[in-house]
Amino acid sequence: MPEIILETKALTKRFGGLAAVKDVDAKVEKGRITAIIGPNGAGKTTFFNLISGTFPSTSGELWLEGQRVERKRPDQMAQLGIARTFQTTSLFDGATVMDNLIVGHRLRTSSGLMDAIFQTSRLKADERSCRAKAEEALDFVGLTHVANRLAADVTQEERKRIAFALALATDPKILLLDEPAGGVNPEETVGLADLIRKISATGLTVCLIEHKMDMVMGLADHIIVLDHGEKIADGTPAEIRANPLVIEAYLGAGHDAAA
Amino acid sequence: MRVDYRMEYVFYGILLLAAVAFPFFATNEYQVYVMALAFIWAISAMGLNLIAGYTGQLNLAHAGFMAIGAYTVGLLTVDYGVPFWLAFLLAGPIAAVVGFFAGILSLRLKTHFFSIFTLCVGYIIYLLIEKGDSFTHGPVGVIGIPAPSIGPLVFDTTTSVYFLVLAFLVLTIWVMRRLVRSIVGRSFVAIRNSDDLAEALGINLMRTKVLAFTLSTFIAGLSGGLFAGFVRFLGPDLAREYHTFDLIAFVLVGGIGTLMGPVLGAVALTWVTQSLQFLENYRMIVFGPMLILLVMFFPHGIIGTFGIWMARRRANAGKRSNTQAVLPSRSGEEARANA
Repeated sequence: MPEIILETKALTKRFGGLAAVKDVDAKVEKGRITAIIGPNGAGKTTFFNLISGTFPSTSGELWLEGQRVERKRPDQMAQLGIARTFQTTSLFDGATVMDNLIVGHRLRTSSGLMDAIFQTSRLKADERSCRAKAEEALDFVGLTHVANRLAADVTQEERKRIAFALALATDPKILLLDEPAGGVNPEETVGLADLIRKISATGLTVCLIEHKMDMVMGLADHIIVLDHGEKIADGTPAEIRANPLVIEAYLGAGHDAAA
Repeated sequence: MRVDYRMEYVFYGILLLAAVAFPFFATNEYQVYVMALAFIWAISAMGLNLIAGYTGQLNLAHAGFMAIGAYTVGLLTVDYGVPFWLAFLLAGPIAAVVGFFAGILSLRLKTHFFSIFTLCVGYIIYLLIEKGDSFTHGPVGVIGIPAPSIGPLVFDTTTSVYFLVLAFLVLTIWVMRRLVRSIVGRSFVAIRNSDDLAEALGINLMRTKVLAFTLSTFIAGLSGGLFAGFVRFLGPDLAREYHTFDLIAFVLVGGIGTLMGPVLGAVALTWVTQSLQFLENYRMIVFGPMLILLVMFFPHGIIGTFGIWMARRRANAGKRSNTQAVLPSRSGEEARANA
């Protein structure tokens, strides 16, 4: 039985009368790839937002490595080791890719205003570690060659990889990927799936939301299915494929589950 | 990288030389006066650029904080007989303390809500100065502020104050340069870029924004203190929103979110305004379209556009020398899943 790194117990989020996420019990196993799937509006992104601290939950519990964390802000969750990407990656187009990445490791440094003004040795050490981390992350995602290019001049697929690199630079324990292959072509999707596998191989826990079922089925160790904010199933890809509830709610609508 | 820095230092060196030589080549004292005033506005604009340009929070109360710094000097020296330098040392900190509290209140709001709120904050500062007759001299203003002096050294000629202001401008640029290139400055830029992303990267939004806001009001206060020592007369109008809008124009023309943009913008626009003076009120007919064209075709301002051009050139030069391209490898598994 692998170790559980993240667990939700009856996690609920209401927006007014609408329960976007309702009584979700979910477990994320350490070092595995967990996918969260479900039709549009099923509450997947809200679920991510709850885990990453963007929204406080209405009720329920969120446990990270044996610690209750449902009242934490996103920056505190990032400190605790939860990194995330967004559906659209907002980079600063007027700066180089490298310049965009350096801030990623900022949370693991402690230099303040006075360090910056007086250029203390602490600042210099922190800047070195931020730059080194950015270079390492960029190399990991295979984009060293675009380091000095303007963020405005990179492709959509490179942008996705940069988003990964930025998240990796925070030294996370869990990586939350919100539609990592959204808006890229099938070939590039394969490349990104390989990258996710490579990330997982380093021992990092990966959690992803994705609509591309081929990718999810080939990639995930464990799948959680949400529908109307509720968890309707979870299990291995094979179990999910065979689950009649899932087929009815999601896969049946235009997707061939047996493919 | 080394060569870049060397080029940059040469660039700063030339600018500094030009600024030092300017009073000796100026044909009359008025030109020196105008330039010194432009430098004071440039310092203030750098403060605004820190919060609006680098951190992305458009603070419309900036002139108000400049007025707080100016009135700190004006009231302390004229009414309480405090020596100029002591009063001047307090100008930045007092503006920053007010800025800190205004910041923790107003930064709870985002985007244009924040801007509208700060517009009100600025107007409240103006009203407090204008209506606070007994304390601030109200609409009459503060008259007879002593000239800055250090012991026997009195900055009472236009040229001497010009050099004093220049020294503070250089100091501000120097500190700002260190700040914005550090990881502290990078966290400001991350917030401008995207609140959500910055927060997901572990940056404490409120603390970082309040830091940038407080710092920008400190610089506003400092420039206000210089203004008081230079113009030696203060009216409540200094806090008005149209001064903030002038500052925004400086920042936009020079290049928002660039180090030297506000300085270039302040100096350039001041001289353009001066040279259009003969048109009197009709100068806006020339000035307005000029500004619109500039914002349309150079949305990043003069320095910003130049910076992007340089970065592209550098990236292309790098691409030519670096022929290896890393292609994402394909795995058979996904291909099978597609089949």
